[in-house]
Amino acid sequence: MSVGKSSTPLGKVRGLGSARHGGEHWLTERVTSIALLLLGTWLIASLLLLPKLDQRTMVEWLRAPSGAVPMALLIIVGFRHALDGMKVVIDDYVHEEGSRFAWNTLMLFLAVGGAALAFYSLARIAFGAVA
Amino acid sequence: MAASIFHRASGVALSIGGLGVLTWWLYAIATGADAYATFTKAAMHPIGLIVLVGISWSFFQHLLTGIRHLVMDTGAAFELGINKTSAVLTFVGSVVLTAAIWFYLLGVAK
Repeated sequence: MSVGKSSTPLGKVRGLGSARHGGEHWLTERVTSIALLLLGTWLIASLLLLPKLDQRTMVEWLRAPSGAVPMALLIIVGFRHALDGMKVVIDDYVHEEGSRFAWNTLMLFLAVGGAALAFYSLARIAFGAVA
Repeated sequence: MAASIFHRASGVALSIGGLGVLTWWLYAIATGADAYATFTKAAMHPIGLIVLVGISWSFFQHLLTGIRHLVMDTGAAFELGINKTSAVLTFVGSVVLTAAIWFYLLGVAK
């Protein structure tokens, strides 16, 4: 990580702070947003192009690597971006230290739990455990 | 101003509603035809449709204001004219895109 040598505002803060995290949260949010631009468009285009929207069609779609891999990425990146975004909102509107910690912890648990459930479901479908 | 607060509101809606529905939908597919039928029944209920239309509108709104923010992160588009025009365009774009996919989806479903 660069430490204060760049001339741009982001470059100046990258790698700073006691944990050398600098602007990584800010940057991660933007990098995941670009990934979701692609993955979100992929999801909507896929749903529009599928011949039917019944369970059998969904299983066939998500069993193929062309469906399973982008969906796996969408789950991971989507929950990560949501967690990063909710943290910004919580940090902005919840002013009391204890409540802020509680809300951020709740969001972390929800994001990790939700991602695990979604990933487990996708794994079942992709690895052929669904009739 | 409005574009900024809608970016946050749509982001919260997508985090809770969007990912919630995505997870439920994947779980229903993985569980079987009966669970999927329950999901479809809820999704096709008038309230379910309103929620889904809201999620898709949130997606497009968040996507377009997100692109606008990425451009502004580079230091561009802060002039009053282009700033306001681009904010208005995010709303026009999100409504048009949402209407387009639902006309298509409901047309195919028939």
